[in-house]
Amino acid sequence: MSDVIDRPILAEEEAAKSRLRIIDCDVHPSIHAHTDLDQFLPKRWQAHLRTYGSHLRTPYIGTTPYPRSSPLIARRDAWPPTGGPPGSDLDFMRKQHLDPLDIEYGILQVLDLFIFSQQNLEFGAAIQRAINDWQLAFWSDRDPRLKASILAGQDDTEFAIAEIERCAKIGRYVQINVCPRANEPLGRRRYWPIYARAQELGLPLGIHVGGYGGHAPTGGGWPSYYVEEHQSNAHTMAAQLTSLVLEGVPERFPNLKIVFIEGGFGWIPSATWRMDRHFDAFRSEVPHLNRRPSEYVKEHFWFTTQPIDEPDEGKHLRSLIEWVGADRLLFSSDYPHWDFDDPRFAFKTPLTETERRKIFNGNARALYRL
Amino acid sequence: MARHIVARTSEIPPGGNKVFGVEGRDIVVFHVNGEFFALLNRCPHEGAPLEKAACVARLTSPEPGVYQRSRVGELLRCPWHGWEFDMRNGQSYFDPKRVKVRSYPVAVESGEELQKGPYVAETFPVHVEDNYVIVEV
Ligand code: FES
Repeated sequence: MSDVIDRPILAEEEAAKSRLRIIDCDVHPSIHAHTDLDQFLPKRWQAHLRTYGSHLRTPYIGTTPYPRSSPLIARRDAWPPTGGPPGSDLDFMRKQHLDPLDIEYGILQVLDLFIFSQQNLEFGAAIQRAINDWQLAFWSDRDPRLKASILAGQDDTEFAIAEIERCAKIGRYVQINVCPRANEPLGRRRYWPIYARAQELGLPLGIHVGGYGGHAPTGGGWPSYYVEEHQSNAHTMAAQLTSLVLEGVPERFPNLKIVFIEGGFGWIPSATWRMDRHFDAFRSEVPHLNRRPSEYVKEHFWFTTQPIDEPDEGKHLRSLIEWVGADRLLFSSDYPHWDFDDPRFAFKTPLTETERRKIFNGNARALYRL
Repeated sequence: MARHIVARTSEIPPGGNKVFGVEGRDIVVFHVNGEFFALLNRCPHEGAPLEKAACVARLTSPEPGVYQRSRVGELLRCPWHGWEFDMRNGQSYFDPKRVKVRSYPVAVESGEELQKGPYVAETFPVHVEDNYVIVEV
């Protein structure tokens, strides 16, 4: 039974733990109570939140369309003993995650209130501002390991640019986040002003899975089960990669860096092979592209590792890493969500020391200039 | 294997569990439907603490739309990625050949019996009316 995954404990785990200083590119802080936002939210929008709540561009009001595996999508052990939702208590996050896993930096990804998908755009913009301020006050200011992202819903470009300018002046954000399920595919020209600004500011564009743009999450419509929707995250990312590349975003913005967060990376080789093959046949339809799609992917895009792919045979994961390139991968845990990856055990294949350093630290350090 | 008294039966309420350090290992003992089960407190997948697992039923479906529950409370659902394990032997249900939680034999013995055995009153305050949970590690 030598291939049984039946883990005894702990000596080499301890050793491995001290070797890795980890940059975790996907940590979810959450709001303890909506009133925490009051100090950042004008009275008018506080009243709006209390009176009308938050309304998304989905057919489901006040909830997510799928049950999400466990309450608040969280690890069952991530509920802070002090109360409040998982991810809302900094001390507990330190104790459970940042300290024991030796996290050098954690990049914050806020999902609360689904701010990218608010129907009322003014309300959405106010919430974005509030949450961007809250990220600093409640997290980065209190623990310098935690780095904030500028959340900027792209479907009102003007609001988005205004918010990017405001936060860029503060100068403490490491990335600009937009939604992967926007009203239109991300390569569309209406979003280009945001990409132009990101390029000028030298901030990577982060695209974290999730949210609902009003369209069904799969190309085939609304699925029946969460497991189907979860699977569709990879398709959504593949569609957006295709749109960005083929509509010419990296061609037009050669210094823009784009990070796909929480989409995994197993789908990338096939998506790029296919794009290249199609490009060979249809290049006259997209004459604005001067290079093969895979070249843009190799130079402009990074991918966080979680949810890690776990093929039945470890050697296939190995090939996958080689195909995507160890220099394109950024470790992410997704703490405190149910599909959290533990950096010590997530990779079910051996990595070389160089690969480990790149994936767990070096790539992110360079990309986010940490 | 040595036999360790880890608790009085009354210390682990029905449906609950408790973690014990035994010979350097964290062992979690569950009390389900009057029986006790002991497992290593680590999921073999990525190491989640199984003490936080949900104790669920075995859910099967002979065909789409038909659902059956059995062995209520005897399956562990890992607190992270939800892999399920059989409390009786640590076996997983989805890939039983490759993945299992290490499990340990458990026995319940009465204080009266224990007094006659190798466990003496000086080490463990024995009240003969109690039962004790014994884990073999
Ligand atoms: S750690 Fe238990 S299922 Fe992943």
